[in-house]
Amino acid sequence: MGANIYRNKKPAFVFLVPAFLFMVVFLYYPFVKNIFNSFMEIKRLGSAGTGFHTPWYSNYVEMFHDQNVWTAVRNTIVMMIVTLVGQVGIAIVLALMVDNIGRGKQFFRTVFFFPIVISATALGLMFNLIFLYDKGMINQILEALGKQNLTDWKAEGIALVTMMLPVMWQYVGFYFVILVTGLNNISDELYEAARIDGATRLQIVRYISVPLLHNVICTCSVLAVTGALKVFDLPWVMFPKGMPLKTTFLTGTYMYYQTMETKNVDYGAALAVLIVVLGVILSKVVNWIFREKDY
Amino acid sequence: MTKKNKISPGMIAVYLLLVIWALTTVYPIIWVVQNSFKAKDRILANSFALPLGELFTAANYRKAFRTADILGSYKNSLFISFMVALFVILLAGMGAYALARYKFKGSGAIYSLVVGAMMFPAFATVISVFQMEFGWGIANTRSWFLNMLSVILPQVAGNLAFAMVVLVGYIKGLPIELEEAAYMEGCNAFQIYFKVIVPLTKPSFATVAIFSFLWSYNDLFTQSFFLRTPDMYSITMMLNNISAKEGTDYGMMAAVVALIIIPVIIVYCFLQKYIIKGMTAGAVKG
Repeated sequence: MGANIYRNKKPAFVFLVPAFLFMVVFLYYPFVKNIFNSFMEIKRLGSAGTGFHTPWYSNYVEMFHDQNVWTAVRNTIVMMIVTLVGQVGIAIVLALMVDNIGRGKQFFRTVFFFPIVISATALGLMFNLIFLYDKGMINQILEALGKQNLTDWKAEGIALVTMMLPVMWQYVGFYFVILVTGLNNISDELYEAARIDGATRLQIVRYISVPLLHNVICTCSVLAVTGALKVFDLPWVMFPKGMPLKTTFLTGTYMYYQTMETKNVDYGAALAVLIVVLGVILSKVVNWIFREKDY
Repeated sequence: MTKKNKISPGMIAVYLLLVIWALTTVYPIIWVVQNSFKAKDRILANSFALPLGELFTAANYRKAFRTADILGSYKNSLFISFMVALFVILLAGMGAYALARYKFKGSGAIYSLVVGAMMFPAFATVISVFQMEFGWGIANTRSWFLNMLSVILPQVAGNLAFAMVVLVGYIKGLPIELEEAAYMEGCNAFQIYFKVIVPLTKPSFATVAIFSFLWSYNDLFTQSFFLRTPDMYSITMMLNNISAKEGTDYGMMAAVVALIIIPVIIVYCFLQKYIIKGMTAGAVKG
């Protein structure tokens, strides 16, 4: 019977065409065009290519010799490891703790999640003030604790730490909520049975919660890795143009720098292709590491 | 069952750790807000003190409103994000209905294309979209409306695929009997969609709308390509610009950050249940 209503297929096309056209025009076509752009010579954002490079793949050759690309890729991979271990790791610990407390679950959920709602641009400016050399919160706390010299949090060497901590911090709550939801889905009967058998709280966490959470942790890990590739706003606001001395570029910020600051538009397009390729490879790797297991 | 009245040392440690993390998310905001009420030269000695008595000043806020068109940026941002959410719901809702209920040659392939579209990062499309819109004469013009349109269109596209995937899942779960009853009453497919499907799908529409709105509202990358002049600036663009120009006036920077963050926190307090749901449903978005 249900098939009867939908036997006439014509309305389906009317429903689908607007959304589908939108995606073709603003996603699929630009995506393919971008690959072409990376082979062309483009002088100005907005203008069309003035012909192919000779050889056409010269942007990709340049990429291999560009020290900043290697810096950006290395920083991005470090960022992925930091987000994977830091965000998902801290989120797991917090989620397991919140799952075991009686009062305040809702409160912690609300408070842990809220940095995600605020724009990374505003957070970047906020952290600029917090990490400030002579009036910042961190340096004042360290001074009060008896530290003699002030730390320049934006100096070479430590700048990457200063950039990655806020990025990590912002999204802990996101994975926390996903993991808490996963924990809520574990049936109470399993916990009940374990308690009757005399398991301690820690044993229950170790032998029931964590193994049953495996697939959720896998999802979170893939999200953390692909998310790290998309980080742009916060690093760009805190360390524009790869400051200091172009050591803090990520793949995303370097692509933006080449496109908007040095007007090397076709090179920016090539870097965007690199970001896509990196994303595909790295999410495959993470999927392989965390491939689903049956318990 | 757990005995909730028993307070063990372990439990105290757990609560302590949770409160410490909670402090890292809340205290920085309080710190910035309290310093936004102090004169620039007083922050150094008194950054942890409450801005009471003679420490208190509203000068930073006066300067913030003088330096940047904060209300104008709010207006631009709210308009863009509202339109993005609206168009995402309109287009994705109809598309999702067709994909959830109609089976035709190629419907599986179209669904795969939609899922695939979620994976495109904005980096990979933004240059070509700008070229295309520049060619159409809507990007980088003096017209306020065209400028807004030029950033709304790619942002709608960026959220569309994800919205459709969420909505297809939801509509598939609706009982088909109601649609059958409407069909027996003589409704055609469009009447069924607007009179049966849309009312039933409201919760999922809300999720999608909140997600699209916040994503667009917080975005800096796409907007920085399309909004170039101060009168077109969205909030994120205004913030980025003011920090480049006046980044060393820490008192005013604190005031600007407070002006941007506090309204969001107030809205979050009222709608947190829906926002958390909307944002985590977006977990799969690319």
